[in-house]
Amino acid sequence: MKIKNLAIAWLTFGLLSANAHAQTEIQWWHSMGGALGEALNGLANKFNAGQKDYKIVPTFKGSYPESMTAAIAAFRAGNAPHLLQVFEVGTATMMAAKGAIVPVAKVMGDAKEPFEPKAYLPTVTGYYSDLKGNMLSFPFNSSTVMFYINKDAFKKAGLDPNKAPRTWKELIAAAEKLKASGQQCTYTTSWPSWMHIENFSAWHNVPIGTRQNGMGGFDAQFSINSPLHVRHIAMLGDMSKKGLFTYAGRTNQGDAKFSSGECAMFSGSAGAQAGIKKAASFDWSINFIPYHDDVKGAPQNSIIGGASIWIMGGKKPEEYKGVAKFMAFLSQPEIQMEWHTSTGYVPITRASYDLTRKSGFYDKNPGADMPVRQLTNKAPTENSKGLRFGNFVQGRTVIEEELEAVFAGKKDAKTALDEAVKRGNEILRQFEAANK
Amino acid sequence: MVENRPWLNFLAHAVLIAGVLAVAFPLYVTFVASTLSFKEIMQVPMPLLPGSHLVENYSQVLSGGTTTGSKAAVSHMLVNSLVMALAIPLGKITISIIASFAIVYFRFPLRMFFFWMIFVTLMLPVEVRIIPTLQVITDLKMNNTYAGLTIPLIASATATFLFRQFFMTVPDELAEAARVDGAGPMRFFWDVLMPLSKTTMAALFVIQFIYGWNQYLWPLLVATDESMYTTVIGIKRMIVGSDAANEWNLIMATAILAMLPPALVVVLMQKWFVKGLVETEK
Amino acid sequence: MEKRVVFRSAWLPYVLVAPQIVITILFFFWPAVQAVWFSFQLQDAFGLKTQFVGLQNFTALFKDGNYLESFKVTALFSVLVAFSGLAVSLLFATMADRVVRGALAYKTLLIWPYAVAPAIAGVLWAFLFAPSIGIVTYVLKGMGVDWNWIIKGDQAMLLVVIASVWKQISYNFLFFFAGLQSIPKSLIEAAAIDGAGPLRRFWTIVFPLLSPTTFFLLVVNIVYAFFDTFGVIDATTQGGPGQATNILVYKVYHDGVKAADLGGSSAQSVILMVIVIALTVVQFRFVERRVQY
Repeated sequence: MKIKNLAIAWLTFGLLSANAHAQTEIQWWHSMGGALGEALNGLANKFNAGQKDYKIVPTFKGSYPESMTAAIAAFRAGNAPHLLQVFEVGTATMMAAKGAIVPVAKVMGDAKEPFEPKAYLPTVTGYYSDLKGNMLSFPFNSSTVMFYINKDAFKKAGLDPNKAPRTWKELIAAAEKLKASGQQCTYTTSWPSWMHIENFSAWHNVPIGTRQNGMGGFDAQFSINSPLHVRHIAMLGDMSKKGLFTYAGRTNQGDAKFSSGECAMFSGSAGAQAGIKKAASFDWSINFIPYHDDVKGAPQNSIIGGASIWIMGGKKPEEYKGVAKFMAFLSQPEIQMEWHTSTGYVPITRASYDLTRKSGFYDKNPGADMPVRQLTNKAPTENSKGLRFGNFVQGRTVIEEELEAVFAGKKDAKTALDEAVKRGNEILRQFEAANK
Repeated sequence: MVENRPWLNFLAHAVLIAGVLAVAFPLYVTFVASTLSFKEIMQVPMPLLPGSHLVENYSQVLSGGTTTGSKAAVSHMLVNSLVMALAIPLGKITISIIASFAIVYFRFPLRMFFFWMIFVTLMLPVEVRIIPTLQVITDLKMNNTYAGLTIPLIASATATFLFRQFFMTVPDELAEAARVDGAGPMRFFWDVLMPLSKTTMAALFVIQFIYGWNQYLWPLLVATDESMYTTVIGIKRMIVGSDAANEWNLIMATAILAMLPPALVVVLMQKWFVKGLVETEK
Repeated sequence: MEKRVVFRSAWLPYVLVAPQIVITILFFFWPAVQAVWFSFQLQDAFGLKTQFVGLQNFTALFKDGNYLESFKVTALFSVLVAFSGLAVSLLFATMADRVVRGALAYKTLLIWPYAVAPAIAGVLWAFLFAPSIGIVTYVLKGMGVDWNWIIKGDQAMLLVVIASVWKQISYNFLFFFAGLQSIPKSLIEAAAIDGAGPLRRFWTIVFPLLSPTTFFLLVVNIVYAFFDTFGVIDATTQGGPGQATNILVYKVYHDGVKAADLGGSSAQSVILMVIVIALTVVQFRFVERRVQY
């Protein structure tokens, strides 16, 4: 009990001293480790140094699911942070929690801070807005899935290192040549569901689920067992059997397989560039993800991953003012550019993209604008503006489990995807019932 | 021995040596890995002889964790682990010994009810009640405190049984004599029972020290703040949640640091350890 | 069995049992009751909306092929862990019982893995068997084995079994060793004089006499595989690939913590509690019987 008393004493002291400085503290929980965390702290420090009334206190809370879990627990205990960084998979869960969050548009409006949703890239706005176009959370770090090749390995296999495969047909042909040249692992991927189901669907302009990929309401159903999906996953299963595709795991394990030179081709987050730059001892390039050239309209545009900042409810008006000030600070093109160029995340506003281009950053770093170009390849359709499925943390696990069964040769693609849809829909119905 | 068959003795030694080596192999590789540079460890196959980065790796993790994953300093985690590993056995021994003292040496209403209440807890391992227990901790605002980390783990039926069993074997004459001398129950407890229980306490302490040090699921849920991570949790945090490859050399250095204290306790206090193990499980 | 001599006090015994009882109620009974209560509810992640849904969470579980699959996985996992763990430890213990010189040294060198946390045991073995950089993987690949437990379910199972058994050998070894040492040497000598070879003596005399220890260890190992291996799984396979290593305890954790499905996870907790109660009853009845030996 002593510890508790101490904690209370300490807390009171903390409050008192905060009052003395008349500074309002704003808690921000995030999941940016390592170099990304440093860049984030840099932003907070800059804001704190620029004014005296508010103090942003960033705290690293582990991986995305972990910080979300921690925030949910804290909310239930009544001590949630003001700001919470939530990954895209958790968007629907946050959106449904009406009593727990405050839409960013409302906070900005109340504080009379400028906020223009249209300034953001359409794929970004689409992801974080409700159907009426109200922006619910503040887009922060966005990435998308990219395709990387090891140029040295291509050279060794007698392939043109400056011509990365653009279609899956070309990719398989390249993989066969790489294999023949002694490359053990020819292609691997990080985030299998994000790449091969979610972005695959958007890239080929087919729905992931009904009701505009779930954005139209909680009564959506998955539709990832279409003939095109089945064909693609069957192709991967076949590649896996022939040793042309090496499965790396459900998260970013593929990154290391590529940067170590083990795998010659790889699809993974745009954010993986930083790590590859550091670790790779070979020449590589970043490219658009491959597509099936016989699908009409492909390639469309890819969808974003990464996270946005949610504003939690139940705080004091004064604190929301500080939140609004901080969001306005983050919206500045200069700040956005700093974040984009130091982390490799995509520029999420037109203004910051233009600013970065003018600064000559892309000329010095060829390929650095590939992600944003892929995201804006075409004007997004209902199928490619994003997705919003309830409890998609669980939904993604289900998809990944079924994909693994195909890659392991245990199930055929049709059976597995049918099963994924069935199990996924059960999760959606459960979420619908819980959030009636 | 029953008979002398040289080949059988040879076989016994061979099997045991093979066993010892097989059991030690992961430890050896871990140690080697903790002395290599990141580049060396990423080689396939990795070198199987110690490298020259021992000091560098260990000072890195002790002061600043990994460079790509969690940056929490392992030295602080070791302190947290030590707090858990000490608080759990001490708390457990304290509440169990007084509870069994009451149950054995007093007659009072609800005595058997309390006894069974403690007994039933055997059936509720923390793993099956994690979510609601976490809820209780959250309701009591004990997240990220040492109290939250330790108190829910100190109630234990086994320790209470062990002391009860032991008290049963203490001759009645001792209590009788104390009563004749006019000593109160607490006096008897301090002057007679406590000294007699020393070995049992020592044995329990060793087992529970390891139990506390090695806790995983509970701190994973309760200690979400970096400053409250235990070493075991720290390792887990170093493995996930970063866009770069795992720094296995640093992770392995942390693993060695996490294994060393409990392993030393087991090896150096082997006698108490074996006694504690065999008796608590009876 | 009761003490003849007791002390008398109207309040002291209550004060003495109070700490343990308070903690027990707060952290054992209250959560257990809540688990049962939650298992009849449907809640959103933030606990903003709660509905009473009766037995729906339970019926959903038993309709869920994956939950039933998880039972099978758990059964297979515990059988593998218990049997291979017991077999290896019994072999070591028998050999250690035989050798005259060095028994203590062997014992010391075999018991230290007890000190290793399951999660760390998982990390160690995952590193040795890591698909791209693992040293054992390298050897296996050299022998033509296509080792990649990230995608191959049976290999993933093998990995978690090895890590779990490795950690438990010390425990089993100590009990077997103690059991073997308590067998009267005269019995074995008599059999030897009758001309029974070492192998036959083991099966006809030693093994039957060890059966109480073996049975006790069997129960302990099954409980260990059911619950204590959480760390091993979480540090290595996290239940995958597919559902290949998704044991019941891991599923409770995943569904409750990561997927924020409080009702479904609590229903699973309740089912697990029933299983533990059954296991405890078996263990307890056995303990009673052992007292009579």
